[in-house]
Amino acid sequence: MKINSLSDFFVTGDPLIYGADVAIGLTMVAVVLVLTLFKRWGWLWREWLTTVDHKRIGIMYVIASLLMLFRGGMDALLMRTQLAMPDMEFLKPDHYNSIFTTHGVIMILFMAMPLMFGLFNLVVPLQIGARDVAFPFLNSLSFWLFFMGAMLFNLSFVIGGSPDAGWLSYPPLSERMFSPGVGQDFYIWGIQISGIGSLMTGINFIVTILKMRAPGMKLMKMPMFSWSVLSSCLTIILAFPILTVTLALLFIDRYFGAHFFTLDGGGNPMMYINLIWMWGHPEVYIVILPAFGIFSEVVATFSRKKLFGYKSMVFALMSISLFSFFTWAHHFFTMGSGADVNAFFALTTMLIAIPTGVKVFNWLFTMFRGKITFESPMLWTMGFIPCFVVGGMTGVLLSVAPADFQFHNSYFLIAHFHQVLIGGVAFGYFSGLYYWWPKVFGFKLNEKIGKYAFWFWNIGFYVCFMPQYVLGLMGMTRRVSTYGWDSGWWEWNFVSTIGGFLMGIGFLFQVWQILHSIKFMERVSGDPWNGRTLEWSIPSPAPAYNFATIPQVQERDDWWATKERKAQGVPEQPRAPLEPIHMPKNSGIPIIMSAFWFMAGFGLVFDWLWIAIPGLIGVAGSMLAHSFNYNTDYYIPVDEIESTEAAAGRVV
Amino acid sequence: MAHGGNHAASQAHGHDGHHDQEALRMMGFWIFLITDCILFGTLFATYVVLHGSTAGGPTASELFEMPGVIAETFILLTSSFTSGLAVLAMNKGSKRGLIGWLAVTAILGASFIGLEVSEFVKMVHEGATISTSAFLSGFFTLVGTHGVHVSVGLVWMVAIMLQLSRHGINSVTKRKVNVISLYWHFLDVVWIFVFTIVYMMGVK
Amino acid sequence: MKWTGMYRRIAALMTMVLTAVLLAGCSDVVVLNPKGSIGQQQMDLILISTVLCLVVVVPVLVLTFWIAWRYRKREKDQAAYQPNWDHSTKLETIWWGIPIIIIAILAVITVQYTYKLEPSKPIESEAKPITIQVTSLDWKWLFFYPEQGIATVNYLKFPSNVPVQFELTSDAPMNSFWIPQLGGQIYTMSGMAMKLHLIADEPGEYKGAGANFSGKDFGQMNFVATATSQADFDQWVREVKQSYPSLTKEGYTELAKPGTSLVRSFSSFPQGLFNEIVTKYQVDGQSGHHHGGAEASSGDAKAKDGAAGSDADGHDMSGHDMSGMTDHDMSAMTDQDMTSHNHNG
Repeated sequence: MKINSLSDFFVTGDPLIYGADVAIGLTMVAVVLVLTLFKRWGWLWREWLTTVDHKRIGIMYVIASLLMLFRGGMDALLMRTQLAMPDMEFLKPDHYNSIFTTHGVIMILFMAMPLMFGLFNLVVPLQIGARDVAFPFLNSLSFWLFFMGAMLFNLSFVIGGSPDAGWLSYPPLSERMFSPGVGQDFYIWGIQISGIGSLMTGINFIVTILKMRAPGMKLMKMPMFSWSVLSSCLTIILAFPILTVTLALLFIDRYFGAHFFTLDGGGNPMMYINLIWMWGHPEVYIVILPAFGIFSEVVATFSRKKLFGYKSMVFALMSISLFSFFTWAHHFFTMGSGADVNAFFALTTMLIAIPTGVKVFNWLFTMFRGKITFESPMLWTMGFIPCFVVGGMTGVLLSVAPADFQFHNSYFLIAHFHQVLIGGVAFGYFSGLYYWWPKVFGFKLNEKIGKYAFWFWNIGFYVCFMPQYVLGLMGMTRRVSTYGWDSGWWEWNFVSTIGGFLMGIGFLFQVWQILHSIKFMERVSGDPWNGRTLEWSIPSPAPAYNFATIPQVQERDDWWATKERKAQGVPEQPRAPLEPIHMPKNSGIPIIMSAFWFMAGFGLVFDWLWIAIPGLIGVAGSMLAHSFNYNTDYYIPVDEIESTEAAAGRVV
Repeated sequence: MAHGGNHAASQAHGHDGHHDQEALRMMGFWIFLITDCILFGTLFATYVVLHGSTAGGPTASELFEMPGVIAETFILLTSSFTSGLAVLAMNKGSKRGLIGWLAVTAILGASFIGLEVSEFVKMVHEGATISTSAFLSGFFTLVGTHGVHVSVGLVWMVAIMLQLSRHGINSVTKRKVNVISLYWHFLDVVWIFVFTIVYMMGVK
Repeated sequence: MKWTGMYRRIAALMTMVLTAVLLAGCSDVVVLNPKGSIGQQQMDLILISTVLCLVVVVPVLVLTFWIAWRYRKREKDQAAYQPNWDHSTKLETIWWGIPIIIIAILAVITVQYTYKLEPSKPIESEAKPITIQVTSLDWKWLFFYPEQGIATVNYLKFPSNVPVQFELTSDAPMNSFWIPQLGGQIYTMSGMAMKLHLIADEPGEYKGAGANFSGKDFGQMNFVATATSQADFDQWVREVKQSYPSLTKEGYTELAKPGTSLVRSFSSFPQGLFNEIVTKYQVDGQSGHHHGGAEASSGDAKAKDGAAGSDADGHDMSGHDMSGMTDHDMSAMTDQDMTSHNHNG
């Protein structure tokens, strides 16, 4: 109905997009060809697509998010190229609009979120001494929902047209009246489908952490990363339902002609802005909290010292996740809500600076009187601290409501949130990836190339974003696709673009680093960093069942304490005898159900009920099929455990 | 990584594992209900904000017919009670009683949905559709979302009845019955809010 | 008042230091080069809060590098190493205390300024304020002068040292009205009339922008706000009234269609048009737009606009209706016109 011809269906008319079409097509052909030539389809299906093993799901999350980082990064570089000089005609305004929209959506929802979930999956069960997450099937389903949602969103690039109303898609601009194309519907369904997955991951990890910790690991003995995951997941389950409803209402507006956020019919666009930020603000804390957890682990490990102020840290995490729900209106101080409302939200926002500041002090005093080495994970942490401190400071400046009238919608704001999201979230997740990489894959990443990557990223960051603070103060507003020579902005913009490309080079170094490290694989032991927590007590990579016998936890940094006891010659407690291990069976239902969701979403985007309805029926059918399946688990026999452990060089 | 099962061989161990898992699932479901609470809370909030925005269309007091709504309320409350009876029957170990009471619950639920659909159809015929005004958008979405929840619950309940007849009462089916019953009570509570906030305060 | 004076002195000092050191000779940094009292106070606030934050941030940065250097692993002369030292109530009290104190001070200042700089609050001045009604359209700005009875597109003129009361709305997706050198921005939203009070301390041309993304060509929504002497302003009003066509209802409908626009002037506009734009989406008068804050409610705007409308009517006696969409050049605006043309294609 919305599509009249093939040229409406496929995005046409732009050489950049044709180029991308060709690249995507060739890549897909290559992948299919390789899988067929090497007869790997069965392997792919059995070992990966249907897996319910948290470690493999984690790896798939990480791979998908790095691909999305590439796409989001390309968007960023296209924008920086367009802005490098005044009056550039590299991108037309409407093309530019869709690029900043997809850049934002992809980086937050399809890069940061899955990378975070990947780390949750790779680390949390190992860190708390569990054999898997609470709901392995659901975990797989969450991944595939994310994946299909992300694919649906990215499909808009070549089919139908990308969304172009900003990453939060404010109505009335995002309503059918002003955005009649399908891009906005791709936005809604891409996020909606992956959002359901995020919500389920939140539930999954709360139950995992609360119920599946190894015996003896009281909550106050739990590693800080697991605490941060708990606080992040609690925030997820409280915030994501709001997103689900908000997007659903926008869809109902667009599809059924309802009037939630329309200009006419009594609709209220401001309600959307309130609702989306009631999710959106907690969302940025959802992604930063686990980064705080990573830094806490890394700082302690590489300072060879206990984390300073454990209780303060826990309290700070929890209070941040609580406060994050009471600050949303600081995203629109300029909406004329009146001084009372603005003062209230300014104060709640500033309040968050307190626990955040405390965390920084605690990290510093973990390093104080430590014995610090600067391997990659620690290097990223050291890059993080000053960056985040300054980014946090500009955040406090933005929270001063009347001053925000001058910062709002300007490049000052852009610089601020990139500083906390790159300096905080991205550096944090990179630090975590470098830290746990040996645990996941059994080999380290090359340190030397890693240092190049780090310095390119770190220097590139400042070169890119410091000028943007100045540009903001010079009155440059966000989302403008070009500017004139008379504006006086071009020098700063040009420098900023150079910084952007430096970060791009940093990313290339990381790709090279991974490929190089795979080629010259340096195998490592189970504990390459002299770690402190349980994940380092088992082989790298961890066997399918994680722990041959469930550990008995005594101390906060239990593995460190165990090593110290051993060094002091304290005799080890006898281990419990091996028993058959109860494991969940792989299942094809998650990927199939998610594919049906994709179908339903695609049908609803184009208003093609002949695709949407079978898709929804498929979803329901898959759920029932799962409900009727009682043959969902199996046991690993003792002799198989013994041979696996022996192969990893362990005496059981 | 051969995930073949010698499931039957290790039943002895399996029993313990299942118990743990059923407890986990129960807890997971409680957390899911929290998220569903927030979902409905958000919908209620939008409805409250928009309920005066009738944009020249019909208002709540012109539109709502209480007898039908009271009948719906009565039916749903009764079904909540019968789902409780189903759980009691299960705890007594009576498979027939359990399936019977679940069937009664499902029939009551279906009649609730039937009444609701006919109410909606009538409104639409009177020209009060989801696109008439913001008030009606909020109304149809809130009440409709509850209706969709009930309908999903119905399908699920039938699926559980089939599973009960096949597997009898065991730790897995027991947990499933407990979960659907919890879900059903939850929907009942939501309906009480719908009844109070949408209908009672609407016709006032 | 005493406090305010002190902030002011600190701020003045910091302005000198910062502008001198960081941004030497950069008059382009408009936010830090205000030309009106609102912008001035906002800059003071920015500088005060920056200084307060730096009080913590600078020592933390120094500490970070010092600790990392001092406690790095060394072959010999390893600094004190205490692997199990993980708690000190005294230290932790200190660093819960420091941010609490700083934030408390900042909070007090913020709340004071939030009330003082509430955009809907009129500016105290000897001069009688002038009212300008602002409508953001797809992708242009329309300005009504209800007291003078004229209208302009994409440029603004008002006397300096006279408070300007902007009433703002939108007949398109929301935008944000921002003249950085005069003071901070406010959203323009359909269905309601927001208020913003600004004043220019000296004559000059100040850049204005549509700061909030509102679709394809929102980047073209720049305008120049010119502050002149009262005499020049009166002269300009007379000129506009004599030489330019009036804006009709049809003309407005045409103007409101999506597209960019040149700079334009109109000798008159239909009575109460602003009010019609504000209320056009409120079918039954209670559309749920309760959000605008007491001072900015649309009811208030209605009363204001009614009065303004009759005022405009008074001026509009000549009533020659030239169905007026003739483009018109202002020599100063040629550049902008050119870009508008380019992007129109």
